Amino acid sequence: MKISAKKKLKRVMFCQIPVILLSPFKDISPHLYNSTVNMIHLRSIMGKLTFIAAFCFFVLFSNQSFSQDGKALFSQNCASCHAINKDLTGPALAGVEDRWPDKKMLYSWIKNNQAVIKSGYPYAVDLYNKWNKTQMNLFTSLPDKDIDAILGYIKVEGSKPAVDPNKPVPGGVVAEEGDNTLLFGILTLILAIVAFVLLQVNANLKKLADDKEGIPATEPVPVWRNKVYIMFATLVLFTIGGYYTVMGAIGLGRSQDYQPEQPIFYSHKVHAGTNQISCLYCHGGAQESKHANIPSVNVCMNCHMAINEYKGEALYTAEGEEVNGTNEIKKLYKYAGYEEGKPWDATKAKPVEWVKIHSLPDHVYFNHSQHVAVGKVQCQTCHGEITKMNEVYQFADLSMGWCINCHRETKVQFADNGFYSIYEKYHEDMKNGTMDSVTVANIGGTECQKCHY
Amino acid sequence: MSNNKHWQSFGELNNSAAFQKASKDEFQEDLPFVSENESFLDAKAPRRDFLKYLGFSTAAAAIAASCEIPVKKAIPFANKPEDIVPGVANYYATTYVQEGDAVSIVAKVRDGRPIKVEGNDLSPITKGGTSARVQASVLDLYDTARLRFPTIDGKEVTLESVDKAVASSLGTGPVVILTSTINSPTSLEVINQFIAKYPGSRHVQYDAISYSGLLLANEASYGKKAIPSYRFDNAKTIVSIAADFLGTWLNPIEFSKQYATGKRIDEKNPSMSKHIHFETVASLTGSNADDRFLCRPSEIGAVAAALLSAVNGQGVAGILDAKLKSGIEKAAKELVAAKGASLVVCGSNDVNVQIIVNAINDAIQSGGKTIDWSATLNYKGGIDADFAKLVDDMNAGAVGALFIQGANPAYTWYDADKFVAGLKKVKTTVSFNSRNDETTASCKFVIPDNHFLESWGDAEPKSGYYSLMQPTIHPLFKTRQWQDSLLKWSGITTTYLDLVKSYWVAKLGNEVAWDKALQDGVINPATEVMATALPFNAATLSGALAAVSAAKKGGKIELSLYQKIAIGAGQGATNPWLQEMPDPITKATWDNYLIVSPALAKTLLDIDLSNGGQSDDYEVHPEKKVVSVTVNNKTVQLPVLIIPGTQPDTVGIAVGYGRSAGNGKTADGVGKNVFQFASLSGGTVSFEIANVDLKLTDDTYTVALTQTHAIYNTDQGNRTEVMKELTLADYKKNPETVREEREEELKPFGGIEKFETQGTIYPYYDRPGIHWGMSVDLNTCTGCGACVVACNAENNVSVVGKSEVARFHDMQWIRIDRYYSGDLDNPKVVFQPLMCQHCDNAPCENVCPVAATNHSTEGLNQMTYNRCIGTRYCANNCPYKVRRFNWADYTGADSFPDNQNQQLVGKLDDVVFVMNDDLSRMVLNPDVTVRSRGVIEKCSFCVQRLQEGKLKAKKASRPLKTGADDEWDLKVACQQSCPTNAIVFGNINDSKSAVVKSRVDNKFREFYSIEQVHTLPNVSYLAKVRNTYDEAEKAEG
Repeated sequence: MKISAKKKLKRVMFCQIPVILLSPFKDISPHLYNSTVNMIHLRSIMGKLTFIAAFCFFVLFSNQSFSQDGKALFSQNCASCHAINKDLTGPALAGVEDRWPDKKMLYSWIKNNQAVIKSGYPYAVDLYNKWNKTQMNLFTSLPDKDIDAILGYIKVEGSKPAVDPNKPVPGGVVAEEGDNTLLFGILTLILAIVAFVLLQVNANLKKLADDKEGIPATEPVPVWRNKVYIMFATLVLFTIGGYYTVMGAIGLGRSQDYQPEQPIFYSHKVHAGTNQISCLYCHGGAQESKHANIPSVNVCMNCHMAINEYKGEALYTAEGEEVNGTNEIKKLYKYAGYEEGKPWDATKAKPVEWVKIHSLPDHVYFNHSQHVAVGKVQCQTCHGEITKMNEVYQFADLSMGWCINCHRETKVQFADNGFYSIYEKYHEDMKNGTMDSVTVANIGGTECQKCHY
Repeated sequence: MSNNKHWQSFGELNNSAAFQKASKDEFQEDLPFVSENESFLDAKAPRRDFLKYLGFSTAAAAIAASCEIPVKKAIPFANKPEDIVPGVANYYATTYVQEGDAVSIVAKVRDGRPIKVEGNDLSPITKGGTSARVQASVLDLYDTARLRFPTIDGKEVTLESVDKAVASSLGTGPVVILTSTINSPTSLEVINQFIAKYPGSRHVQYDAISYSGLLLANEASYGKKAIPSYRFDNAKTIVSIAADFLGTWLNPIEFSKQYATGKRIDEKNPSMSKHIHFETVASLTGSNADDRFLCRPSEIGAVAAALLSAVNGQGVAGILDAKLKSGIEKAAKELVAAKGASLVVCGSNDVNVQIIVNAINDAIQSGGKTIDWSATLNYKGGIDADFAKLVDDMNAGAVGALFIQGANPAYTWYDADKFVAGLKKVKTTVSFNSRNDETTASCKFVIPDNHFLESWGDAEPKSGYYSLMQPTIHPLFKTRQWQDSLLKWSGITTTYLDLVKSYWVAKLGNEVAWDKALQDGVINPATEVMATALPFNAATLSGALAAVSAAKKGGKIELSLYQKIAIGAGQGATNPWLQEMPDPITKATWDNYLIVSPALAKTLLDIDLSNGGQSDDYEVHPEKKVVSVTVNNKTVQLPVLIIPGTQPDTVGIAVGYGRSAGNGKTADGVGKNVFQFASLSGGTVSFEIANVDLKLTDDTYTVALTQTHAIYNTDQGNRTEVMKELTLADYKKNPETVREEREEELKPFGGIEKFETQGTIYPYYDRPGIHWGMSVDLNTCTGCGACVVACNAENNVSVVGKSEVARFHDMQWIRIDRYYSGDLDNPKVVFQPLMCQHCDNAPCENVCPVAATNHSTEGLNQMTYNRCIGTRYCANNCPYKVRRFNWADYTGADSFPDNQNQQLVGKLDDVVFVMNDDLSRMVLNPDVTVRSRGVIEKCSFCVQRLQEGKLKAKKASRPLKTGADDEWDLKVACQQSCPTNAIVFGNINDSKSAVVKSRVDNKFREFYSIEQVHTLPNVSYLAKVRNTYDEAEKAEG
């Protein structure tokens, strides 16, 4: 999985090369720049393919938009305690609609379960007792249509057969992972030999022609002493050597793919993937602060007071060793100072000393809330497919080029966010059609003091 | 337009050789280049060394870079408190308290650490204003010299054992609680409870700078030993007799705010208050005055008496100096003309003088208008005679125990030796002071008090107006609030917090109201109280007049002791930010000195300032001549500074310097203590000395002055365009004077309207979205320096120490330029705050070889430290001289620790290392990069605040608010700190923003500094209009 993630990134970068090469011309002639870029984009087969794929996707899945909203609402409100196909803190929700006689009853249960229990409705009371009298949160302000969306999502997901993630997906990752470097290398080598042969042929022909015209032939210089060849070889070596030296030097301060061992084997795959817990449930800082914030022990204990054993599929470390999930939960209890069966005294908790993975240099200012709350950027954009990571690794290289690239391409929430109403000129241009979208770069997102101060 | 020439230095006035040389170069020290007849190897940095360093640094960088990246830990809370989000600042309303001064503030707490204080907008007294000392107070919290635990005889002990020891030694004699003025109702309650427990005990208040004269005079005239509220905003004519009310007198923040209302000009109906000032040594208030007249310290009483007789229509008598006499006549005329809307204040500590001033105020009907007795000012309440009696009692052995809080008489009392001798005769001496100052050093028990940011409490700066204090951080050290100690020793089990809370819950009615009050930080009267007058009792007046006329005449040379705005009576001496803040008047840092007038310089020092060569000799070299000053057989040697605006036969010295080593490395060895020159006369301490003996020595002493650090002159830009000033009379005659002048200057380039596009060969760029801009009103700027310190705190500006300031390496991002014009002996002064002008066509940007400084679409002149390679071309090309270079590793931020000790850099002062201490570094703003050696830095318009403000608006999905309907998403640090709101900042693309309003409403006064060089600054200024007497007369005549 890791390798494929890396490759994808490379491919994106590769597509960008024409844009990057052209960008110096931007200052000289914006028109030339724009039209060239557009041309390349239009001609790009990739672009067409993406468009077709997107179209197909839209046609095929448009009837599912209902449950797409539902997914978000589900992860936001329910996922911390419920899964669809299995029991967590609360029961599995697949088929929940069939378990209740009518929807109205279910609405009132979801909104205020305590009231339903008090009313003495037998199913509710049984359910409450069955789950050790664990109180469900109240959702009094959740509108009916949102509940419908959640129920719709549960219906769609519940009807899907359970997928075994260990089974490889047919159609295979292997084909996707084909590496063309070797092919290009061989091709280059063949072309170089052809060019060399042709040069030799040319030299011989010239010599023949000179002989014919009676120009005295000079002593032939062997290839290894030919100054042109030597210079050429030096240049090639210098360029390649220089490239690798520079790339190596740049890479020194970076730590892409860094995947340290953590004090607790905490699997994002289990939490955010299998159990669909919203990222923001634990990393709430991401929408209000510059830091996403690692959750404190009491946040872990919100759920793990009830969840004291791991019953999911087997977990493996990056080295392939099997991990006992229940033991990892016990480690958490040790930090929390919690003994099972006894009431928890939160003041006895000690913080977990996690190893920091994503580190920006001190002279970079990065604000999570700007990206998450304002820019509506998905966590996965920068952190990779976190829902599939047992142990988190650094997905992006967090280089300045990578940041800038995204700022050049990403569109801001221009029409939706009232803040941008002051950009009257851009709004006008978009109305006229002279501008189709506003990127972060358009509003100054690539300027030094957006991140360095 | 009075085409008056402004000058910053004497060299500029004379256009001397040194000035011409200095104004040519950006960096005013010789670079380590070799002269022609030396070999390369003799140079300070020869080529071989250069190659060695180059090789070493390459190798070192390679080794440093190839090391493994260290493993970093990310440790979250164990249990996250609900209201703390790491990375988001919390703001708590609290109160700044220092020796009677109380200012409502809001403390910014980031991840548990208070890092900045701002004024509290809800306080009707300060209305969100602050002073330099308030701004700097947050650094005191992290002072490395703070006492960290209780001691008995200097040995560390626990609180329990000290409690036991003190309790067992009480009861053997009367206890005296000696404090600075206390205006906290609950603290007074604590003291009263203690006194009730130990009958015979008493509470003595002592103020280092005493206002006894004023208090006793008010008791005589109005029957109330208190200080009334002053309403400078209601005064059309203000006459001050040596009261520095904008700098150091009572509460300068409140007075500055009021003063500025009278100085703000409405373009459609121009009128201004008139301020006439009589003083002995140049002060901040005198420099802001419309007209200033000079008198000798011994004449202050005579001036007051003459003014009284002139106001009563009996003419001026007893004043010989013609200028002074006409000044008094004019002042009297103005006062009488504005009867009921005029005010006289006096800074003298002589009861008789203050009684005369009360009589003048009665004659001009100030009571109930500009003097308000409905609420008294409670900043100072100490009576000198009480304290003098205490010192006598101590020496007589009549005091059993002495508790000292917030007072430091062993340093500030005129007869400190007698106090210390008395202290030794007291059996039990307890100090609650937070550092081992002069008094604490002689006390047996020391239980250090918390810093106010760690404390609970309250204050009543003005009667009826309360300000609450709450802790913003857990106490850093083993300290305890002094109130808690007293409660414990009184045998009361409740803590001071309980007492504060129950007191206010009882007073406010319920706990909800208390919570609300604590959140607001202030409790104000429900309705504004009407100003009231008290009847004036003239019984003591004739006696006062007789005493004043009988007063001893001054000798040949007189001495006036004054407070500096940053240092005060020594409270600011331990604070590096305050020590390094250039004094607004002298522009000197890190020292006190003898101030003399240009006239006295001629006779005393043999320096004739009108002689170019001699003024250069004086001005170019930081080494100043040293004079030994003798008063009553006590001698102090001090360097001499020549300051125009000082009375020719008077010299001045600032108090607050010459602190003991126990106060920490910042204050130790800085300046000389001159409190010993003061005297007790007529029951009050006098800081005016009628006879002083001056003797020139052969020594010199380096004074770190910043005045000439930023000079710039070219054919294109000279000083008159940096500053614009005119008189009210001229302004009334032709309001468009400034605008016409600008039009004239810009005529060759298309005039004002077309100047932007036609004055340059560069293209014109669009400005969509936000464009930042600032407007500074020179009319209301008093030059107080609050913005300088606020900027230091907000932007992690380094402290460089005296030796570096003397080498022109000062780092402040905003400086306040002092301009003189007119008469050399008594010039007019204008203050101009100058920070990066964020030019839209910036000369610095074009010359950077690595594009480390460039322009943003929002109009910011961006400085990118990580890209800067330190060529300093930008600083050289900046016409405003606002770029600062990190000549050394002032912050300890470099990877290689040796960078702080290099020979080439020079040895850094101790204070630099004090600021690098882990404790001091807690004050750093985590959102601003700490700069390392070799990069340029400058004002960023507080870009971190701009980004934060924009983010706030984006999250709320609405346009940014910068002052439209007085709603603000952001304020820059200098703007926020300003007590007179002289600085306005915002989005100039928003026609409703405050900055656009300021520019449009004052379009006749608006100007840009050195505009004609087409830098297109984003900072505009409003020209200074002075309501001066001479010019007004001329215009009328």
